Amino acid sequence: MKSRVSLSPASPPPVSSPRVSLPRIALHAFLIVTCLVTLAPLVWALYASLRTYDDTARNGYFSVAESLTLDNYSNAWTQADLPHYYLNTLLVTLPALVLVLLFSSMVAFGVSRFSFKFNLVLLMLFTAGNLLPQQVIVTPLWRLYLLTPLPEWLSDSGVLLDSQVGLVLIHVGFQSGFCVFVLSNYMKTIPHELSEAARVDGAGVFRQYWQVILPLCRPALAALATLEFTWIYNDFLWALVLIQTGDKMPITSALQNLKGTFFVDNNLVAAGSLLVALPTLVVFFVLQRQFIGGLTLGSTKG
Amino acid sequence: MTALQSPPKPAGTTDPSPSPRRGRRRATALAPRDKLVLGLMLGIPSLVHLVLVWVPAMGSIALSFSSWDGIGGFEDIEWVGFQNYVDIFTRYPRFWPAVQHNLIWLLFLIVVPTVAGLLLAVLLDRQLRFGRLYQSALYLPMVLSLALVGFIWQLIYQPEQGLLNNVLGTASTDPVNWLGDPDINLYAVLVAAGWRHTGYIMLLYLAGLKAVDPALKEAAALDGANARQTFFQVTFPVLKPVNVVVLVVTVIEGLRAFDIVYVINKGRNGLELLSVLVTDNIIGESSRIGWGSALAVILLLISLGFIITYLFQVFREEERA
Repeated sequence: MKSRVSLSPASPPPVSSPRVSLPRIALHAFLIVTCLVTLAPLVWALYASLRTYDDTARNGYFSVAESLTLDNYSNAWTQADLPHYYLNTLLVTLPALVLVLLFSSMVAFGVSRFSFKFNLVLLMLFTAGNLLPQQVIVTPLWRLYLLTPLPEWLSDSGVLLDSQVGLVLIHVGFQSGFCVFVLSNYMKTIPHELSEAARVDGAGVFRQYWQVILPLCRPALAALATLEFTWIYNDFLWALVLIQTGDKMPITSALQNLKGTFFVDNNLVAAGSLLVALPTLVVFFVLQRQFIGGLTLGSTKG
Repeated sequence: MTALQSPPKPAGTTDPSPSPRRGRRRATALAPRDKLVLGLMLGIPSLVHLVLVWVPAMGSIALSFSSWDGIGGFEDIEWVGFQNYVDIFTRYPRFWPAVQHNLIWLLFLIVVPTVAGLLLAVLLDRQLRFGRLYQSALYLPMVLSLALVGFIWQLIYQPEQGLLNNVLGTASTDPVNWLGDPDINLYAVLVAAGWRHTGYIMLLYLAGLKAVDPALKEAAALDGANARQTFFQVTFPVLKPVNVVVLVVTVIEGLRAFDIVYVINKGRNGLELLSVLVTDNIIGESSRIGWGSALAVILLLISLGFIITYLFQVFREEERA
């Protein structure tokens, strides 16, 4: 960008004209239409969710609303017991998020700040593990969870299967692949002199990690936290397979039950869907830069 | 903190060669306590990852040669060699349709969202009024889970009440059953999946385009290349690493696809996918561990080629850097 500006005196036409030229208008028109088409499904759901059942039953959905109401939202909230499922999700997502970031930053620290022989192998293992389709893992994992006993106070099923602890664990194990990859790339860009200085000063390995390197990784950690929150929140398969009691399902997997609860009332389904989408939409609008940054970090280097 | 430590630093930096050998010496010179701490820091997370991801993945391979209903202990496992695979290939009516659907899925995702995402990225990779607003709108579907995408698009695809048939004017006369007709429902679902995927591809290409040295484009422009020539001869070749990432991400996403067809009709009636067949063996009516594992291994073999391509791309770059 900068160099284009500096070049502009030499080649004025391409820079000075864009405001009103015909191609610019066409470009904007194309982008506006594309954006509207992209947003249409969500707007349609929003519109349906704000109408009464009577209204849509009489006039159909493809009509001008007689009145708008938030009743569907309050109905979905209570009928489908949404607060309960939000809480379930929170109980899984928060511990998983903290543990994923903690674990993967520790591995990334070890792999990127020291040169062991097995570093590359370990890094490849984590990176490849993050790319495996979940279905490759899920059958033996299900069996493994059934065989692993847990104390009663941790899981009322007595095993890892059908327990939220098990769900947290698989999120940590599975997601750490991506985070290790991103964080180790990030940590490699931090000058070695920094931890060297701390070491000379007598700081042990853990203090180098906790007080020197980790604070410098805040941008990357923020980006990953945003991304991982969305991914863990959006998980459908793990909970569907590893949780057997409907009551313990996190909200995304519980959608399946919501559909049954509302059966044909599309307005309620729309309202329920948007309520489920709400936390991720809020995260996206508030932390968009972190979200985009995380995905970019993962695809290109640094 | 770092400022405080600058006095002792010169002593450390008198070490003349910041060569890789220095790093290795540092590792061996660790105090025993540091070694233990480092071992735990690396060991515990690696153990969790290995036990929960790689052990089950290997377990899938081993169990795929067995016949086991999952009840009873390991001593009840009966080893049957390649029998599961033979049966799947020859006698399982849902297998080949699922493979075909997966291939269509991959092909569609590789072509449509990639072309659309690249086009949008190229259009947005300039100083543009409202550029950020456009980007936000196009990224938005990305944050929704595929399960939710399935729900939201059902409102569009409903025969009589859906948006699509009403816009097309077929709702009252001859409504198309977009999700119920096994000849077209796969494509209807793919449009919904592509809707979500395009923003992601656009993001990857935008990041890639930002990294293209503007001097390259300027040089091409000075040489008299037009915009299209500049793109295909200069920009696109530079984007090769991004293309590999896009390809791998798309393939993995395609092979993982499950949620969206499961919420629509549990992956039946034209929406069978390999991922659905695997899952059906755990939560479905039949619990055939060996059978499900064999299906998982087929999925693994397909994805392995792409995973290795990705590793090769990423870590070769690493060495160069």
